[in-house]
Amino acid sequence: MSNSQMTSGIVSGRVPQATLDENFSDLHPGLAAHEAAVAADRCYFCYDAPCQTACPTTIDIPLFIRQIATGTPEAAARTIFNQNILGGMCARVCPTETLCEEVCVREVAEGKPVEIGRLQRYATDRLMETGAHPFARAATTGKRVAVVGAGPAGLSCAHRLAMLGHDVVLFEREAKAGGLNEFGIAAYKSTGGFSGREVDWLLEIGGITVETGKSLGGDLSLDALGSEYDAVFLAIGMGGVNALRAAGEDKDNVVDAVSFIKELRQSDDLSALPIGREVVVIGGGMTAVDAAVQSKLLGAQNVTMVYRRGKGRMAASEFEIELATAKGVRIIYNAQPVAVHGNGAVAEIEFEYTVEDGNTLSGTGEMFRLPADQVFKAIGQRLMDAPESVAVAGGKITVSETGRTSVAGVWAGGDCASGGDDLTVTAVAEGRDAAMDIHAALTA
Amino acid sequence: MADLTTTFLGITSPNPFWLASAPPTDKEVNVRRAFEAGWGGVVWKTLGEEGPPVVNVNGPRYGAIYGGDRRLLGLNNIELITDRPLEQNLEEITRVKKDYPDRAIIVSLMVPCEEAAWKAILPKVEATGADGIELNFGCPHGMAERGMGAAVGQVPEYIEMVTRWCKENYSKPVIVKLTPNITDIRLPAEAAMRGGADAVSLINTINSVISVDLDTMAPEPTIDGKGSHGGYCGPAVKPIALNMVAEIARSPVTAGLPISGIGGVTTWRDAAEFMALGCGNVQVCTAAMTYGFKVVEEMISGLSQWMDEKGHTSIDDFVGMAVPNVRDWQHLNLNYIAKAVIDEDACIQCGRCYAVCEDTSHQAIAMSEDRVFTVKDEECVACNLCVSVCPVEDCISMVAMTPGEVDPRTGDVVEKEYANWTTHPNNPGNTCASG
Repeated sequence: MSNSQMTSGIVSGRVPQATLDENFSDLHPGLAAHEAAVAADRCYFCYDAPCQTACPTTIDIPLFIRQIATGTPEAAARTIFNQNILGGMCARVCPTETLCEEVCVREVAEGKPVEIGRLQRYATDRLMETGAHPFARAATTGKRVAVVGAGPAGLSCAHRLAMLGHDVVLFEREAKAGGLNEFGIAAYKSTGGFSGREVDWLLEIGGITVETGKSLGGDLSLDALGSEYDAVFLAIGMGGVNALRAAGEDKDNVVDAVSFIKELRQSDDLSALPIGREVVVIGGGMTAVDAAVQSKLLGAQNVTMVYRRGKGRMAASEFEIELATAKGVRIIYNAQPVAVHGNGAVAEIEFEYTVEDGNTLSGTGEMFRLPADQVFKAIGQRLMDAPESVAVAGGKITVSETGRTSVAGVWAGGDCASGGDDLTVTAVAEGRDAAMDIHAALTA
Repeated sequence: MADLTTTFLGITSPNPFWLASAPPTDKEVNVRRAFEAGWGGVVWKTLGEEGPPVVNVNGPRYGAIYGGDRRLLGLNNIELITDRPLEQNLEEITRVKKDYPDRAIIVSLMVPCEEAAWKAILPKVEATGADGIELNFGCPHGMAERGMGAAVGQVPEYIEMVTRWCKENYSKPVIVKLTPNITDIRLPAEAAMRGGADAVSLINTINSVISVDLDTMAPEPTIDGKGSHGGYCGPAVKPIALNMVAEIARSPVTAGLPISGIGGVTTWRDAAEFMALGCGNVQVCTAAMTYGFKVVEEMISGLSQWMDEKGHTSIDDFVGMAVPNVRDWQHLNLNYIAKAVIDEDACIQCGRCYAVCEDTSHQAIAMSEDRVFTVKDEECVACNLCVSVCPVEDCISMVAMTPGEVDPRTGDVVEKEYANWTTHPNNPGNTCASG
């Protein structure tokens, strides 16, 4: 191998294959049986448990942990899947440190929560590796529902509807189902093709037809779906990416972080994936962290995350920030991009320091430049291709508690819809709850 | 550092921690290692009569129950007495005693219930120079089927008879080891006393089936698909042992009879508790079989530190100190009234106190929307269940009410005077005319 971390420009093969394998292995490896028993034993089986309340899908966490402790992880998995059919993925990607584990009484008492996420993974892995799908479909109702978008919200909704006996057609823009589970999030959070395996396993419920390469704004229209199906669930995510609004943004090698992550996730040979020696990531959310950390893991010599506000406003959790810094990512707070410099391709990016006064952010006038072979933009995604007929407010499709849009017979959930954080687990909850409401409407 | 030197029945050992008659004391190699590790004495694993030794099963002998992290809480076994020739054991005892004159060596014995059998073995034991004997009237499995062990210990007349034979045919102290597999421990203790026993030791193991293999549908440990009840020991049996020790220590008939305490002694604190209830020393087995002989170092340092903290300079200072406080229920003060108090700063809001009180007790804990737990004094009977289940030590405490205060539960003024059930108006047999 001739390239190293110090090779100039954007090249592949900066680190040896063995290092790549190690770098992109499971961030939180699965627990062995005894580790799970010890971890489960720490659960106090709280009354009206705070962890359960904090879970967007309201998984009965004390119960499933007790089921692990008593040697029945498969029963534990059923407890999880009853509430969250993507419990396997959520066990890997949930920011548990800001959800269930943050409120675990042992976190509060000792600063060391019960390892709920890893225990959930232990249980769900045990059941999924049996190859059996834990649910059976109810008798068919003859009702047909269109679900647009096969990400977490769409999959969750489709599964619940199918289980209740409805026939579901699940439309997906990409060539594969999975949404951000498949194309977003860092590779080390979903190793071994887990997203694809989980989708296959989920579809074993039956009654779900997946049609890929179909999207609103493409082959589909809400009007046509509305007349052909008994109900429609929109789970189209946030397909657009916000612009930097900095001069020179259109120079080469200034790309969306989501595109970079998608390319990385779909690559079957990371040693062939080129990465810059100098990488700058702009943004302060999970996508920014995922892009920055993975750039570093691919062998970039210097990776800098630049966020326009202070640390306290950062969307990425404390854990994610620590992960980034531990992997060698430098984080600069309170700086905003003003110009991209370079002859054709980016060579430097110029920032201005900022000060915050409440919600108001202003530049200090002090500038600095960072060398950059590649710039990844991770300053947020936006709704794209939403049907014109549904009401949108604040950049999201307006929905009720149970996901009803302004159009009768049309529900929406996940990142594209109002309410809740943009998290996998929240999308699963919204998909499930919309399915229950669709079921109620169709069987009324 | 407090002096842990212990003199029990005139036998001096550098500390009160003896290894009980069991696998750890079956062989010279084990006992030498134990003495090097610091154990004060051993009771050599039970010898049987001369002739072909007993045989053990060739499959598993032990079964266990566990707490979290596979912490061993209870062990049961179906091992018999020593399966090595009598002569070999006697030679080894002689050698070890000669090399460790400052340590106690007691020889455990179990021979058939015939005077001739005891008369045959006792002079041989005497010749080893061992400090005394312990009569194994306790083993609940195997040997009991042959009329020995617990089969003797369950018949007070046999205990008395055999003890007498031993006192008549052996010059040194005779300790009678009692089985807990009886209804009233005082009767075998009294029988031992009548027979002239210098001390009793208790408890031996408890009849037990430790678990059932749900695949093979056989009790464990399983020998070729079958299992037999075994003897249960370890931390889980300590409360049973403490009660039996206390019963003997506080009985007017047996009060003052030296006791060697056995049953789940795992830490220095366990040992101190047995001794507070009247034991002149303790015997340990399962802790050593779980962690090895090194545990005695913690027992020595812990007991010594505690004695220093309490100002005890010798073991005798505190042996039996708790005995006067063990009373019959009917003599407990019914005018003592306490209430649970939850320390909100210490509370981690798990809600277990609330769940158990609400579901299974007196509905005396209130839970607010924001998970603040408070005791309802008007419902609290001070049962202590909340304290028992609280994961935080000292978070919930039982606070006594002051005489003169009104108990919100009953509306009655808390009386200063002691009054128990014997004089309570609700007692149809009360000895007081008022009511």
